[in-house]
Amino acid sequence: MIETLIHVLVIAGLIISALLVYWFRDLLAATLAAGVFSFLISLEFYILQAPDVAISQAAIGAGLTTAIFIIAIRSTSQYEGGGS
Amino acid sequence: MRMSKLVRTGADLLYPFALIFGLYIVLHGHLTPGGGFQGGAVVATGAAIVIVAWAYEDIAEMIRKVTMMAQESAGLLLFIGAAILALGFGYAFFYNVLANSGGLFGLPVAFGPNPGELDTAGVIPIMNIAVGIEVWGGLTIILLYLLSGLKKEEGT
Repeated sequence: MIETLIHVLVIAGLIISALLVYWFRDLLAATLAAGVFSFLISLEFYILQAPDVAISQAAIGAGLTTAIFIIAIRSTSQYEGGGS
Repeated sequence: MRMSKLVRTGADLLYPFALIFGLYIVLHGHLTPGGGFQGGAVVATGAAIVIVAWAYEDIAEMIRKVTMMAQESAGLLLFIGAAILALGFGYAFFYNVLANSGGLFGLPVAFGPNPGELDTAGVIPIMNIAVGIEVWGGLTIILLYLLSGLKKEEGT
């Protein structure tokens, strides 16, 4: 019962953060929402008893990919549509 | 170009903890979840936080490209060296010669449920350490080259 509730909460958070990535016009905020998505999906992997995959997902998805996106945003424009 | 002072101080504070946690995952790879790749990725994430927070000129002294390249090569050489070690003893390639030998990582594994002994499993911890060093260097050098290209872009 408790486990099902946690599943529902995590999946609702996943859907909300994925919608926020689409919704934000500020690319830095969208990148952080993608980081939240990665963190929540690593939590879901851990609940499904795959801690090995969860560690990889937290390190690569939430850490390195966010860092690469932030470096890319620094060298280009911060807002969608070309205006700096 | 740096980020704000809050981000820089937070990155400096988080860096040693991420380093220690990643090396813990690497060293305990044969007992707990995780291993060489996961631990190396955690360590590289700690380096990535510092790299993102500071400008390239500030961290070029601390995290060097040459060191990271040497780490990548040394990790791969250690991995293949541990595999070739078995050929020297007259066994097949990748055979675990150090397990149960009483030497380095050579204690026998206890039977039944037990908390786990670090000094077991023979060649496997050595290969975990090799992969950890290699992933640390490889993932960090990608970010370093990205950031050094950014510096040239702003200079023009």
